[in-house]
Amino acid sequence: MSSTREMRLRIRSVKNIAQVTKALETVSASKVRRTTQAVAATHPYAEKAWKVLLHLARQPGHHSLHPLLLERSEIKNILVVMVSGDRGLAGAYNVNIFRHTLQNCLNLPGPVSFVAVGRKGRDLLMRRHLKVIAEFSQLPIPFSYSDVSTVGRLVVDEFLNGNFDQVYLAYTEFRSMLQQKTVFRKLLPLKVEFAKDGKKSYNTSNQTNSVFTYEPGQDEILGEVIPRFTAWQVYEAILSSQASEHAARMVAMRQASDNARELISLLQLDYNKIRQQGITNDMLDIAGGAEALAQVES
Amino acid sequence: MPIRCEIVSQDRVVFSGEAEMVIIPGADGHMGILPHHTPVLTVLNYGIITVRTKEDEQFFTVVGGFAEVQPDQVTILADAAENIVEIDIQRAEEAKRRAEELLTQEQSTTDQYLAIQSALRKSTLRIDAVRRYKERLRQRSSS
Repeated sequence: MSSTREMRLRIRSVKNIAQVTKALETVSASKVRRTTQAVAATHPYAEKAWKVLLHLARQPGHHSLHPLLLERSEIKNILVVMVSGDRGLAGAYNVNIFRHTLQNCLNLPGPVSFVAVGRKGRDLLMRRHLKVIAEFSQLPIPFSYSDVSTVGRLVVDEFLNGNFDQVYLAYTEFRSMLQQKTVFRKLLPLKVEFAKDGKKSYNTSNQTNSVFTYEPGQDEILGEVIPRFTAWQVYEAILSSQASEHAARMVAMRQASDNARELISLLQLDYNKIRQQGITNDMLDIAGGAEALAQVES
Repeated sequence: MPIRCEIVSQDRVVFSGEAEMVIIPGADGHMGILPHHTPVLTVLNYGIITVRTKEDEQFFTVVGGFAEVQPDQVTILADAAENIVEIDIQRAEEAKRRAEELLTQEQSTTDQYLAIQSALRKSTLRIDAVRRYKERLRQRSSS
């Protein structure tokens, strides 16, 4: 059994760790609050944007309206945008999104390259020797649309240049504090129909079959609107992922704090036992000594 | 029949309600939209949106974005928008001064330069809008 001194040291170090995890938990809790507010704030815009897209999709011959809507017949290269965190200590958050992405990539009909958002994701991809064409990390918290619009622009440019024929987006959707869901879905070519039967079903105006007039011109406005929607989807995904990351970290840190507390009480118990043992031994020694002395004197 | 008008910026709903007429700064000039307008999808300029309701008239500054017009509704997806009554004129003037000052200095990247320029345009627009329309609002309420 270890000495009381060693035990005291161990207890102290566990206490220090508990303090750190507790602090991280509190920080994450406030960050979750801020990012979920940001997520909620994007909803009205996203909803309206989807509605406009739906109306666009009902235009006759919408597939040929813009190259970003056009499904390509031959799929040679695929790009996957994976959103992860910059830092660890968030439970299984980073590993989950990574595993989910790789699993889905197996079913894709072509060689896959990656765009990593977040440093942890990049590290994981590099370790597997996967091709990472771009990395975005150290985003400010909370970040604004203009901070991440470059991601969207990059993706759209790569797609239009013909470097890639499909683009997928992998991120973590924030459901609640305790529930985050990894999502893997197609970003480009933009497919609008899924909005109808998917989770996003919005009531639309009933007179939408009429044909739009475009101002200034059809190409100009679609060239403006559709890349913007794409970038907007990336923005939403990153925002949602960040909220998930903080929530995951908060839960992980709470667990760590609880574990530390438990460990401290166990160690404390052991420490008390050892200390008691020491005292008992000392007492025995003294009693034994006194006994021996009494025998000699008599 | 009124038109349903909704103005949303990237982080909130700025206006939502029924309007008699909506005037938006389209790419090729201002467009006044009355009920039963033909469907239009247009890019927005920097400018001012006027929403005329039964009771009053409201003004909004808008910085880029686009608008979708349907016979019974107008949806404005703005990059940034705000009601004129919310504008803090002192802050806008301060921002304008700062942007002008920064523009005289050398900038390291074009992105930075563009950001400052757009900040300048934004604050100029705000100040303009407030000057022009607050006066009008005041006259109407006093008469």
